Amino acid sequence: MRKNLNVIAAYSIMMVLIILVGVFQSWNIALSIFNMCLISAVMTMGANIQWGYAGLINFGIMGYTALGGLAAVLISVDPVQEAWSAGGFDILMCLWLIIALVLIIRFILKNFQKSKVRTYSIAALIISGIILIRFTAEPGIEAIEDINPAKTGFLGGFGLPIIFSWIVGAFFAGGLAFIVGKVALGLRADYLAIATLLISEIVIAIIKHEDWLTRGVKNVIGLKRPAPYEVDLQSTDWFINLVEKFNSGKLEVFSNLSDRQAALNQLVIEGSSIFVKLCYSGLFLIVVIILLILTQKALYSPWGRMMRAIRDNEEAANAMGKNVVKQHLLIFILGSAIVGIAGAMLVTQDGLFTPGSYRPMRYTFLIWVMVIVGGSGNNFGAILGGFAVWFLWIEAAPIALFLINFFTAGMSETHALKLHLIESVPYFRFLMMGLGLLLIMRYRPKGILPEKIEIK
Amino acid sequence: MDILNALILLLNYIFIPALTYGSQLALGAIFVTLIYGILRFANFATGDMMAFGTMVTILFTWYFQSLGISLGVLPTALLAIPFGILFMIIYMLSIDKFVFKYYRVNKSPPVQLAMVSIGVMFVTQAVVRIIIGPSDQRFFDGEKFIIKAREFKEMTGLNEGLALKSTQLITVLVTIVLVSLLFWFLNKTKTGKSMKAYSDNEDLALLSGIDPKKIVMITWIIAGILATIGGALYGLDKSFKPFTYFNNMLPIFAAAIVGGIGNPFGAFLGGYVIAFSEIFLTYAYKKFFIYILPESMEPESLVQLLSTDYKFAVSFSILVIVLLYRPSGIFKGKVL
Repeated sequence: MRKNLNVIAAYSIMMVLIILVGVFQSWNIALSIFNMCLISAVMTMGANIQWGYAGLINFGIMGYTALGGLAAVLISVDPVQEAWSAGGFDILMCLWLIIALVLIIRFILKNFQKSKVRTYSIAALIISGIILIRFTAEPGIEAIEDINPAKTGFLGGFGLPIIFSWIVGAFFAGGLAFIVGKVALGLRADYLAIATLLISEIVIAIIKHEDWLTRGVKNVIGLKRPAPYEVDLQSTDWFINLVEKFNSGKLEVFSNLSDRQAALNQLVIEGSSIFVKLCYSGLFLIVVIILLILTQKALYSPWGRMMRAIRDNEEAANAMGKNVVKQHLLIFILGSAIVGIAGAMLVTQDGLFTPGSYRPMRYTFLIWVMVIVGGSGNNFGAILGGFAVWFLWIEAAPIALFLINFFTAGMSETHALKLHLIESVPYFRFLMMGLGLLLIMRYRPKGILPEKIEIK
Repeated sequence: MDILNALILLLNYIFIPALTYGSQLALGAIFVTLIYGILRFANFATGDMMAFGTMVTILFTWYFQSLGISLGVLPTALLAIPFGILFMIIYMLSIDKFVFKYYRVNKSPPVQLAMVSIGVMFVTQAVVRIIIGPSDQRFFDGEKFIIKAREFKEMTGLNEGLALKSTQLITVLVTIVLVSLLFWFLNKTKTGKSMKAYSDNEDLALLSGIDPKKIVMITWIIAGILATIGGALYGLDKSFKPFTYFNNMLPIFAAAIVGGIGNPFGAFLGGYVIAFSEIFLTYAYKKFFIYILPESMEPESLVQLLSTDYKFAVSFSILVIVLLYRPSGIFKGKVL
């Protein structure tokens, strides 16, 4: 108990902060912050597995998040039959061509000795393959994108419940991580960072511009939900009764029946959106807790010990007969898969998929700030980092506004500097993130909750 | 068959834009490579530092414009660039003193310095956005074109026009002058040579009496000059938007690595490699083939290898290929 005091204290402070937002701003805001905190926590757990356990630097978090989101779309959207009949055949042909190309290249790599001829023939094969694929796909893509472009214009998905996408998202992200890991893991740390960052940009470029698959920047809206809809709740009897029971004290004040009804309606509308958010919180909490249990178990298992050994001294671990390359690849896939889950959760919560919104600042660097601030190598630290940084990210604007008003209290209301500062309030969050990261790295380089390994 | 028109077409739509864009990338790439070679970390704040220098330049340009000072046909920004450089160098040196120095003295691993540079990136981004805002700023004035497309057509009687913007010429000229000065400095002066020595082998350089503080300071000064001029030229040619500058960091990194990181000359050429391949691969060659092929063989499609949406993806793919097959870059930089 005593040993975990700082963990408990840190989490209590975090909870109190969120509750304070609920009391002073609104419960709706508090719950949406809480939900996003949970999603961020999943992302940081993924990044923490890679960075904290194994010392692998992955700046491609954005790409895996987007792939998770793509999974949510492909799983939950109903298939567009006309599009399939118009261009499905061409697309499937393309898929076969790609698979054949990969198999041929694998065959060449396996059966021929490394030589210039081999390299050039593979290059020629890839280029001619790309041209062939483009020619096969083009009529199909055009046909698909022509079908009702305002509403569909893409192939759609499988029409399954969106919850499944959380698992599929993990597989998508893990698959990408397998390819990236094969290509880039041999690189030195900072090159790995740059390479993963650039690869994630390529992934985003593809998602943004392949309209037949993702609708691209036209966005996919109105995804299915795992939680009930507010509108349905507002007309359900048991929910209205529940709200009535909860607020019986508030409602008793009204003597007039119609006033009471109006107040109740208002409460039901507010309550429905809180209820939906609570449903999401429950789902997300389950994911976070399952992941936390698994990652904690892994951390203290022989496998976790081996990962730390590899992280701390690669050569020594290698000399002891541990397959460093294989373990790095494995952990790269695992961490990315967790990020993929978070990506699918994010799209599930928002109910829409907007490829244009994936930006490295928000989805890569912010997550890294969370990991570093929270404490790399410590799962509780990573989750706390997700909570604290997301909280600050959202509440930075009100805090900055308060500070600006405080420090410029002497100036007149129309002073140009004051107006300019108030106008640029949204950007103070970058300043706070940056300063927070720099201060933590300087004075508490292991994060708020540092890594602590006890041998049991 | 109309080879002359075809050539003008390529010159107008591929060669000139790529040369300009390549010059802008090259300046940024030399900045990245110098910081990497001498201070030994990947600077993720590159794009935002360039935005900072450009911002100061823009503010001075506006100030001069309000005073009524101008350079006639040349953009006023050229007059403001020295002030931008000055502020940029002060900013960089103070960041180095308060942030990077601590880690350098403690000999932290490069990854940690890269992480710290992300903190600097956040702060710089905030500073730029708070001061000048996130939206597009144009600060170009003076004569816009040296050769206008229509005038060229009338002059030569060709079908294709050739347009040459003054910013394009300025960019290329300034880059040539700046880069030649830089290479002269690095290869011929004592300080430049000691910088190279420090980059090659720090301990040996220290033993032979090279002052590391001086080296670091000069590196930041050169970096400030490159960042401001590169950023300002990009802003003059296109437009200034903080987010674009952040994004430009990626092709700049690609250029530096493709050229062989730590090798300034490689970075210089890397900028052009990236720029030319981006534009070559995404240009639609339909018109070109119409000019050079007989009528019966005219292509129907756009004859475009990749759609322009994948412009960035091209440079990143080149980078990935280079990293795979020649991790030290085309022109041999540090081996990773």
